[in-house]
Amino acid sequence: MRPAVLAGLLLGPALLVNLGTFLVPIINLALLSFNEVRPSGGVGPGPTLSTWAILFDDPYYMEIVGNSIGVSVMVTGFTVLAGYPVALFIHRAAARWRNLLVVACISPLLVSAVVRTYGWMVILGDNGIVAAALRGLGMAKAPRMVFNLTGVAIALVEILMPTMILCLLAGFGRLNASVEEAAASLGAPPWRVFLRVVLPLSLPGILLGCLLAFVLTVSSFITPKLLGGGRVILLATEIYDQAIVTLNWPLAAVLSVLSLGVFGLALLLYGRVLRLVEA
Amino acid sequence: MIGKTLHKVLIVLLFAFLLAPVVLVIPMSFSADRFLVWPPSGFSLRWYSALLGETKLMEAARNSLVLALLVTAAALAIGTPAALALGRSRFRGREPLIAVLTAPLLLPTIVLALALLIVFVGYGLIGSWAGLLFAHLLVALPYGIRVLMTAVATLPPAVEEAAASLGAPPRSVFRRVTLPLMMPGVAATAAIVFLVSFDEVVISLFVVGPELTTLPVALFRYVESKTDPLVAAVSALLVLLTLGVVVILERAMGLARAIGR
Repeated sequence: MRPAVLAGLLLGPALLVNLGTFLVPIINLALLSFNEVRPSGGVGPGPTLSTWAILFDDPYYMEIVGNSIGVSVMVTGFTVLAGYPVALFIHRAAARWRNLLVVACISPLLVSAVVRTYGWMVILGDNGIVAAALRGLGMAKAPRMVFNLTGVAIALVEILMPTMILCLLAGFGRLNASVEEAAASLGAPPWRVFLRVVLPLSLPGILLGCLLAFVLTVSSFITPKLLGGGRVILLATEIYDQAIVTLNWPLAAVLSVLSLGVFGLALLLYGRVLRLVEA
Repeated sequence: MIGKTLHKVLIVLLFAFLLAPVVLVIPMSFSADRFLVWPPSGFSLRWYSALLGETKLMEAARNSLVLALLVTAAALAIGTPAALALGRSRFRGREPLIAVLTAPLLLPTIVLALALLIVFVGYGLIGSWAGLLFAHLLVALPYGIRVLMTAVATLPPAVEEAAASLGAPPRSVFRRVTLPLMMPGVAATAAIVFLVSFDEVVISLFVVGPELTTLPVALFRYVESKTDPLVAAVSALLVLLTLGVVVILERAMGLARAIGR
């Protein structure tokens, strides 16, 4: 058998699945954004720009895009702040503990998003653990932490931490204990060793972690839907509502293309910053 | 000294934060109360027995189990040859091919789900086993291919060369040497693909029908309408299942390598 034929046979089924469940549907979706919804609910004949025009007529949708980006940037920021100390701790832990710590950190990644979001309802709910603790501390009325942005943000930071820690750990591979020791032995105080040696060397890992956290927040759906209680409206939740509740597929397609655009911009920005850092 | 203690406290708090939702559903699942109240007024098994009476959830769980097994078998059958071709040969267009095959993992699942919904409606695949199987393969196959490629990349080629130089024909080199060496990777892939399918919720939400639903979708709908400790009981069981998979992955090829990006 010629190698090309063999490769075709080996790869063919995978490519067919990819074509049928990914490439064709995605292209179809992009084309559908140039249709409009009929008053009766069906999809009208295209092509037309009228669905795209809604974005400019109704500021609501641009607000959602802005809101999604804003929330994602905030969540990404908190995820770095929460993930960095843990990753650094694991990186410096004794070898026999390191593997166990890594497993403990990334196992939550394998637990269903519904379960983890529900777990946060147990913790943050009106009669939850945090509310009980606050009452125990003498607070008369605990602040509301579910069905608003606070709860969604807290849960998303936790849900993204494993991914962030994985990226940071990969980035720490470049850290070398002897460089830190050299800086310290030359009289640099610990905070300066951190700022001038550890932090710059770990920047590529931070950047990759931030890119993934941002992208995953933009596409997160279960957590804002369940913990947001209808009050946190982001791109993903709006796509769902338009597609399933309002049945306006063309508008859902437009919002999907927009979220892919946000992804593209994030990727572009990542590439730029990475080049600056590595230069 | 104080700084060091503070640092330790911070690390412990962050680990607690990270594990809290997964761990705390377990005590909550033994609650004797009708609502989510902490601390529970007492402990009981009432929510576990209530679970047995929830026919919808039980049926959804059975569907998810069957579906995840089918998806795992299909992903291994389709993914293993693909990973061997991609991992073993260097040909023009290999990199773009890998990019296309794993692209579904990078895009927002909600967009993939909507795209599938629109195509599936046209073919009557909504709410069908075939539709769910293909929908899950969309994300399970790229996952499988990625883990299998890692497994193939770490096979020592020298062993196969030795077998071939001793006169073994290519077919028996593959069957007697390559395949057994790949088994841990295949086991890890099976475990991870099973879990990806069993936990998949966003895409399923778009392609399930009134007659055929999956456990995560049923749970999602349940949590959307009411929050009581029943879901904690299911969650506790799912956390145990995940722990089992973690152990398999860790034994087979190392958890970090299996799901590292």
